[in-house]
Amino acid sequence: MELALSPEDAAFRDEVRAFIADNYPAEMRVANPETDLSKEQMLLWHRILHRKGWIAPLWPKEYGGSGWPITRRFIFEQETTRAGTMPPLAFSVTMVGPVIYTFGNEAQKKKFLPRILSGEDWWCQGYSEPGSGSDLATVRTKAVRDGDHYIVNGHKTWTTLAQHADWIFCLVRTDPTAKPQSGISFLLIDMKSPGVTVRPIITIDGSHEVNDVFLEDVRVPVANLIGEENKGWTYAKFLLGNERTSMAGIGRSTRYIDRLKKIVKAEIPADDPAHLEFVKEIARVELDVLALEATELRVVAQMARGIDPGPAASLFKIRGTEIFQNITELTHRAIGNYGLAIREHPVSANRFMPGPDYGHTASEKYLNSRKLSIYGGSNEIQRNIIAKAVLGL
Amino acid sequence: MDIQFTEEQELLRSSVQRLLRDHYDFDARRKIVASEEGFSRKQWQAFAELGLFAASFPEDAGGLGGGPLSTMIIMQEFGRHLVIEPFVETVVLAGGLIQRLGSKDQKQAFIPDIIAGEKIWALAWTEKGSRFDLANVATTARRHGKDYVLSGEKTAVIAAPWSDHLIVSARTSGHRHDRGGVSLFVVDRRAANLDLQGFKTIDGRRAAEISLRDVRGELLGSEGEGVAALEACRDRAIGALCAEAVGAIAELNAATLEYSKTRKQFGATIGSFQVLQHRMVDMFIAHQEALSLMQHLSLSLSVGEAGISRLASGAKSKIGYAGRFVADQAVQLHGGMGMTDELNIGHYFKRISSINIQFGDPAFHVLRFAQLDAAA
Repeated sequence: MELALSPEDAAFRDEVRAFIADNYPAEMRVANPETDLSKEQMLLWHRILHRKGWIAPLWPKEYGGSGWPITRRFIFEQETTRAGTMPPLAFSVTMVGPVIYTFGNEAQKKKFLPRILSGEDWWCQGYSEPGSGSDLATVRTKAVRDGDHYIVNGHKTWTTLAQHADWIFCLVRTDPTAKPQSGISFLLIDMKSPGVTVRPIITIDGSHEVNDVFLEDVRVPVANLIGEENKGWTYAKFLLGNERTSMAGIGRSTRYIDRLKKIVKAEIPADDPAHLEFVKEIARVELDVLALEATELRVVAQMARGIDPGPAASLFKIRGTEIFQNITELTHRAIGNYGLAIREHPVSANRFMPGPDYGHTASEKYLNSRKLSIYGGSNEIQRNIIAKAVLGL
Repeated sequence: MDIQFTEEQELLRSSVQRLLRDHYDFDARRKIVASEEGFSRKQWQAFAELGLFAASFPEDAGGLGGGPLSTMIIMQEFGRHLVIEPFVETVVLAGGLIQRLGSKDQKQAFIPDIIAGEKIWALAWTEKGSRFDLANVATTARRHGKDYVLSGEKTAVIAAPWSDHLIVSARTSGHRHDRGGVSLFVVDRRAANLDLQGFKTIDGRRAAEISLRDVRGELLGSEGEGVAALEACRDRAIGALCAEAVGAIAELNAATLEYSKTRKQFGATIGSFQVLQHRMVDMFIAHQEALSLMQHLSLSLSVGEAGISRLASGAKSKIGYAGRFVADQAVQLHGGMGMTDELNIGHYFKRISSINIQFGDPAFHVLRFAQLDAAA
């Protein structure tokens, strides 16, 4: 499905397509890029996009972004995901960057934005805590003013790729007496600060993506406070809005469906009684993707005409994640007995994995994608948002 | 991708909306359905006068050239109001087939009367055992002078009791499943040896079992073109039915939401219960997705894209499942009231059930969508 593109936009699409074909690093085409690449490997494509000036499509030009209108951003997103490229680190480019240029002061913009664009700084997100999941406003990590510093104590968790991070942006409680939402501040913390400890959390797929981050008497300069003290909730909500916009994941789902079809063709004989069920399930999920893609195009076209999409992002998050979870589950079922095997970490080509190559990541993808309906505001929270904002309930 | 409607299209939509709002509320519809004939010739004429029958025909056929997008606009509103009159049968199906296959003389003889609202048509393609297979035809047509005589049985022909003319599929050669042996014929509904047994459909329309014994028929197009023409016509009819379903879904969602904000149980409005909020969010999402897919299908139909038949099947299936889900939940959330004949909810439920059967149910179309996949 395509947008009806102007000649200029069509030329842009072709340019993006050709650029990816010519420049995407072969080294990054591994079995499971999300877990198998080193930090340096992950940054290869980031640096190439930075040199091209395409690293931050959302950012205004004055801060080094592409300054593209919505249609171009959408085309870029579509082409990069369809081609299966690894997106640049969202915590840096999509999340903290816009918060800094929207709410930060001049010194903060100057200090942080160029290093986000270049990939010199790797950011992680200090939101969740053991006692604060979906109910984020109850964060308990404390920041107490001490002269030009805050003394920070607390425990952040589910911190994705903190093991690579140079900086963490944190929600901290600066006014313990205020109502939950109004006593929170948005603080940037150097991961090299004394008192910061990162402990890996291994998830059910065996991979190390998330971590606990312990903060013990960490001294953070007041200069690292974003905006006003106790206004952090506003900035956090702004950021979550950005986080959810690109969760429809059409390009990725489409690629995984194509692969699933090949696996079913190779693994399940047409006279197997289960074959027809796979045919039907695949067709249904393909139609789910088609309908979501048509919805996304409708919303993009509306936004291009200046119409506020409302909580469309919540719809994309819910359906995009449900769809991808369904696809990875079907894929795991499709490889049959080989679904018993799972790659060991750290991943190495020297370790034996049974069965054909195309099945080697099916188990871990199936397991790993269970997280999708939980993170970024669980799908239940997204339904609450739509119920309130759209249905007026 | 969002359809930015032209001024003409907006005008069409608002004029249909106005007409239906003023003359086709649920009580008016109830009276029409309960009437002797079971539909309203007065409404039919009002639709014609508003230009609804001309809207989709090309200009050289006396139409307004609006194509499938104008059909989509009209059918969405018809779906909202549960319009009973045979617009799809007369304009989309018969009109579409005549426009596609008919000779110059046939077009001139039939299309102006359709546009003017003078004649009503029905399409007789279903037979006992044919289910949703357009090529499964046992009815025969033998050449007889410059005409043909048809013999066989047609089943569940929607709008046949109201119609002046039928388009009948019949076999001019080959065995029961041969695609190339099916042709289409124009038959006078009051022709000699045509026996018609009318019945009511679950959604309040009229249909008929039809028996033909050497009934005179006039060939539409050439011999053997029947199945291909019916397939193309089915794609367009699916576009219309999907739009109708989306209109019905929108009304069900609006009514259910409204009800949930007023109905109290356990001292609270039922809309305050999270389990029902999430159900209604899923109904909302089902509507959004159905609406998007409907627009995508209508746009594709209007530019005649390759692969349109696969897309039509896909949309019929996805929107069919969405409609079933929303209709189920609308009845459920209305509780006992949803079961009553008095409330409109059950009537939307029945309309959606009927749409889901016409030209193939969601299961049939999801498998057809899979079969037509070049990649699989």
